[in-house]
Amino acid sequence: MIGIATAVDVADLKETTLLNMGIFGLFVAVTMVIVLRASRNNKTAADYYAAGRSFTGSQNGTAIAGDYLSAASFLGITGAIAVNGYDGFMYSIGFLVAWLVALLLVAELLRNTGKFTMADVLSFRLKQRPVRIAAAISTLAVCFFYLLAQMAGAGSLISLLLGISDWGGQALVIIVVGALMIMYVLIGGMKGTTWVQIIKAILLIVGAGVMTLWVLAIYGFNLSSLLGAAVDTAGNPAVLNPGLQYGKTETSKLDFMSLGLALVLGTAALPHVLMRFYTVPTAKEARKSVVWSIWLIGLFYLFTLVLGYGAAALVGAETIKGAPGGVNSAAPLLAFHLGGPLLLGFISAVAFATILAVVAGLTITAAASFAHDIYASVISKGKADADTEVKVARRTVVVIGVMAILGGIFANGQNVAFLVALAFAVAASANLPTIVYSLFWRRFTTQGAVWSMYGGLGSAIILIAFSPVVSGATTSMIPGANFALFPLSNPGIVSIPLAFLLGWLGTVLDKKREDTAKQAEMEVRSLTGVGAEKAVDH
Amino acid sequence: MGNDAQTPDAAASVDFEEVQSTERFQELRKRHRSFVFPMAVAFLLWYFAYVLLADYAVGFMSTKVWGNINVGLILGLLQFVSTFAITGWYVSYSNRRLDPIAAEIRHEIEGHEFDKNGNIVSGVAK
Repeated sequence: MIGIATAVDVADLKETTLLNMGIFGLFVAVTMVIVLRASRNNKTAADYYAAGRSFTGSQNGTAIAGDYLSAASFLGITGAIAVNGYDGFMYSIGFLVAWLVALLLVAELLRNTGKFTMADVLSFRLKQRPVRIAAAISTLAVCFFYLLAQMAGAGSLISLLLGISDWGGQALVIIVVGALMIMYVLIGGMKGTTWVQIIKAILLIVGAGVMTLWVLAIYGFNLSSLLGAAVDTAGNPAVLNPGLQYGKTETSKLDFMSLGLALVLGTAALPHVLMRFYTVPTAKEARKSVVWSIWLIGLFYLFTLVLGYGAAALVGAETIKGAPGGVNSAAPLLAFHLGGPLLLGFISAVAFATILAVVAGLTITAAASFAHDIYASVISKGKADADTEVKVARRTVVVIGVMAILGGIFANGQNVAFLVALAFAVAASANLPTIVYSLFWRRFTTQGAVWSMYGGLGSAIILIAFSPVVSGATTSMIPGANFALFPLSNPGIVSIPLAFLLGWLGTVLDKKREDTAKQAEMEVRSLTGVGAEKAVDH
Repeated sequence: MGNDAQTPDAAASVDFEEVQSTERFQELRKRHRSFVFPMAVAFLLWYFAYVLLADYAVGFMSTKVWGNINVGLILGLLQFVSTFAITGWYVSYSNRRLDPIAAEIRHEIEGHEFDKNGNIVSGVAK
């Protein structure tokens, strides 16, 4: 019975392609007009990288939510809950709790001490060149892995949403998404990117909210009956309990710990999230941004709980797994079940917009890091003027965009979950120890920073290369080979403590001392906001 | 490396080590750290306790409490509640205990009270 009903579902899906494209086209047209208007007064480097620091805390908080809630969050978590039940929910908790690290330890202090990029803060009181280069390399690495995951995700999303299943067609769509993204970032800079993210966040949260209320209404606003229905459809009461996905073996349990560690410590060190804190005028607005984003992101993850179990109850895990797009199709299939082609079209367009907004945020971060940290500070040794720097940034946007398109086409159909996990693990291992040490540990030295950053980055990447996500399992990137010496899919549990240890070791073994005046300046600036807030106070 | 929002000469002549050694700055530092450090430790412990329970105490987490709502779901939702609560708590703490003192020190620095060249300007620039 269920099988027959859903077979019709999936076939109908393809007929809504035109509608999906129409709604997506509308989104592109509207955002393009806004980006064009926003870009009119993009003149200085601060305009281009930091949107002239003109956004309010609530605007920036919404944009952060738009930047953070990627297609992986929306489609991936809803699907994970629909198929694996409770274990999917544990992802959302890690993704949310992580924001407390950003709120308490990072956001305001970073806003007060930096200018455009993460490296500004890390190299503030240490030796500029080595620290800036290391920070830029880890920024580019995180952005690249994240970008590749989003672009490859776009390909598999399309197979479901637009009914394009051949490789060439999907490649074409990846090119279109990439080209649009390049245009947004080139024309609009940070301001345009921010507006795209704000619009997308609102659409995503409203869309998910409507679906959540709809699902709850079906079950008389009784969460218990919804859960009961999910159990009935699945025929397995274990969907409400932890362990369906990660409880299988001792290794998988450890793997979940490792993932949890990477998620909770990685978020506050994601360069594209950090860069958003520079778009507001003061530390207080940075704090407000995080508070807004915590509420929006928290609300959204509560929605995904209902949507995930709703999809499990109304669509069924077997149908979801059998649909093109697999687990990721849970949310679109639920939308189709609830509101027919129109709601599906809306949700699909939102999913596209999500990818577009996230890749735009990543691209501008990577470009800013290259132009500001590598080109302006290292290659031209601070002699380049701001105009040249922005010019370099714009060219970098094109280069990164083209690389993302090619990478996306190449990685299309690959197991991409590991790319996101890798991005979080690299961010948590390479960036977070140095951020925390340089803000809070007076004695911290350049050698500590360099050891910690390269050690964290290197160990995370090497462990991933020798893990089951690359080889040795049926789901690996290279299923034929087996050089999986490291048993866990996520390196965080090893690489994060290692990076903290290296930062400490490098510092205590360093014979050189850092400039105490610079340390004093950084500490006073970070806590009082002197300099950074002047424009507002007077 | 500073912030482009500042006028270039404003911070250049400030003796930050002198500011750092003042009692008021030490107080601000203490207030900030005595809140954020224990709080960060607390929520990380609470989060990892939850993850460990979900990983190794599946039976306990699966205990039904009300209808189909089990302990695991309640603890998971409590993670949301604690995150929202800590957020609210931190904001009110900052507004009451951190922002006023930070603004005071900032105004004094910008009013050249800590000028390296020794030309102390008394009073706070407003």
